Amino acid sequence: MEAFKKHTGIAAPLNRINVDTDQIIPKQFLKGIERTGFENYLFYDWRFLDSGAPDPEFVLNAPRYQSASILVAGANFGCGSSREHAPWALQQYGFKAIVASSFADIFRGNSFKNGLLPVTLPADIVADIIAQIEAQEGYALTIDLESQTVTRPNGTLHAFDIGEFQKQCLLNGLDEIGWTLQFEADISAYESRRGI
Amino acid sequence: MEPKTMFEKIWKDHVVRAMPNEATVLYIDTHLIHEVTTPQAFEGLRLAGRAVRHPEFTFATMDHNVPTTDRSLPIKDQIAVKQMETLAKNCEEFDITLYDIDSPEQGIVHVIGPELGITQPGKTICCGDSHTSTHGALGAFALGIGTSEVEHVLATQCLLYDKPETFEIRVDGKLPSGVTAKDIILSIIRRIGTDGGTGTVIEYTGSTISGLSIEERMTVCNMSIEAGARAGLIAPDDETYEYLANRQFSPQGQDFDKAVEIWRELPTDEGAAYDKSLHIDAQSLAPQVTWGTNPAMGADVTDVIPNPEEITTDDAKRATEGALAYMGLTPGTKITDVDIDKVFIGSCTNSRISDLRAAADIAKGRKVAETVNALVVPGSASVKRQAEAEGLDEIFRAAGFEWREAGCSMCLGMNPDILMPQQRCASTSNRNFEGRQGKGGRTHLVSPQMAAAAAIAGHFVDVREWESN
Ligand code: SF4
Repeated sequence: MEAFKKHTGIAAPLNRINVDTDQIIPKQFLKGIERTGFENYLFYDWRFLDSGAPDPEFVLNAPRYQSASILVAGANFGCGSSREHAPWALQQYGFKAIVASSFADIFRGNSFKNGLLPVTLPADIVADIIAQIEAQEGYALTIDLESQTVTRPNGTLHAFDIGEFQKQCLLNGLDEIGWTLQFEADISAYESRRGI
Repeated sequence: MEPKTMFEKIWKDHVVRAMPNEATVLYIDTHLIHEVTTPQAFEGLRLAGRAVRHPEFTFATMDHNVPTTDRSLPIKDQIAVKQMETLAKNCEEFDITLYDIDSPEQGIVHVIGPELGITQPGKTICCGDSHTSTHGALGAFALGIGTSEVEHVLATQCLLYDKPETFEIRVDGKLPSGVTAKDIILSIIRRIGTDGGTGTVIEYTGSTISGLSIEERMTVCNMSIEAGARAGLIAPDDETYEYLANRQFSPQGQDFDKAVEIWRELPTDEGAAYDKSLHIDAQSLAPQVTWGTNPAMGADVTDVIPNPEEITTDDAKRATEGALAYMGLTPGTKITDVDIDKVFIGSCTNSRISDLRAAADIAKGRKVAETVNALVVPGSASVKRQAEAEGLDEIFRAAGFEWREAGCSMCLGMNPDILMPQQRCASTSNRNFEGRQGKGGRTHLVSPQMAAAAAIAGHFVDVREWESN
């Protein structure tokens, strides 16, 4: 897994609630057997017109967000299907972190497993950040996992919560399977207790 | 002893290691896999030189992108073929039981798990698919997971998991006629929202729930994920044990009796506390039709399309406007005046034999409207055989429905069964997201009865006004 410590980057707004994983990556792109190559399909039905040309109306197609690496979105981001292709596509497109007022559970878990940081901030703060991003070209946020803070360009700081275990996994880019396998003896003891 | 909820009992029985500031190592009894979310997991195992810890606890099927038309013809979509071949190769290499496209046991993973008796009370079950919550209908703690977690379970038979909270949704009273399990769960989601269950395991309780058949309970638990819940649960009872008796993977003979004794200990103790609760009166429920682009955007069939101007919060107002624009609907239109082009009866929510019987009951002796193309896709090869033995296929065909092979089909349209832009579909599936059934396609979620009636009328109808044959 990719480690995440601290990141400063251009923020892009996606001012919608309940963005589901069918939108993040539509099903016709799930047929691969690799973990890579999903960046071109991110938000496909929103990003591209029927002709295949980019839809100028879609926010991520605006020139000012071309190098965005932090996505700021509304509540319940990532709801729906469990497809891990969603965080893969976001990450491969260039996002390092998603800021939202809430996340769907499976998406949130899948993001952690790939080093894509989901940051939860209160809804009014997210709405205010989105308004600032829209008002100011080149608006960048700094996300520091160690201190669990998001910093706005004007220096305003917002603390966010994260489980200690998930934080350590991300800071160290931990291999979770390797971590669990250290407890082989516990797993075996559990199995023999159950007669497995 | 302190009274416990059913979820707490199952959780406690499966903790391998729990330490402060660490995720719990939770033992997984059964792992179900399919072709779409596993290739990268097996590749990960190979790259790390890791084995599958318990191949005998893992079961595979092909469902998501299998064609539902004549299986003797070659499959046109070569990328889908590659994914199916990859699953077959992986199962062979790692020694995992596979019900492939030609197997008499093939079907949607959440239909065949219970059908084969793999799903049992008190078990922990995982699958790289969000509708794994279905299996909670038999009293299993069943979780949808991502591909990294699939790899984790394959390698360790464990999952790293944070303990969820518990949410009791109690439904009491007699269900009015024409109102189904699908209408119960759609009404719940409409009430609590698509994130109302986030972070929780929903336990459905109350006289209405315990009065449902096992298949109806599956419909309810199936859509727990549409309320954002990690899982859905229903206490096992005599109906559950009767359902499980003599299934292929159920304990047999005396072992079954012993298992039942243990299962009887599972239901939530009197006086156990849930973190949250909600109470619903079944008498107040009506047949549901969704009008928007998430499962919470629904209405009673007697309602009209809502007006965004009457919504007070900005986010919700914008979301409603967006949904109505996408769905091509005008506020104030009566739901029963909305015409449809397609009908899909199928998916892990509503493709079991009782669903097909209910739809056939409506279809019998009637004709699908000329403007409508309607599809019936059984959830498994075994459901299909049973339906054919009962002559349901004949009823559907005579009424003008297409009768297909088992699979996910138009639920997500990974195979050729998709909606064209702007086509409007009455669907018994679980998701009405933008583009879910095909780019630009418009999905309305309904019960099998409502879908069959809409197929015949060419528009939504209140199934309560129709006499069944
Ligand atoms: S029927 Fe639909 S929801 Fe169910 S497993 Fe298949 S694709 Fe997923």
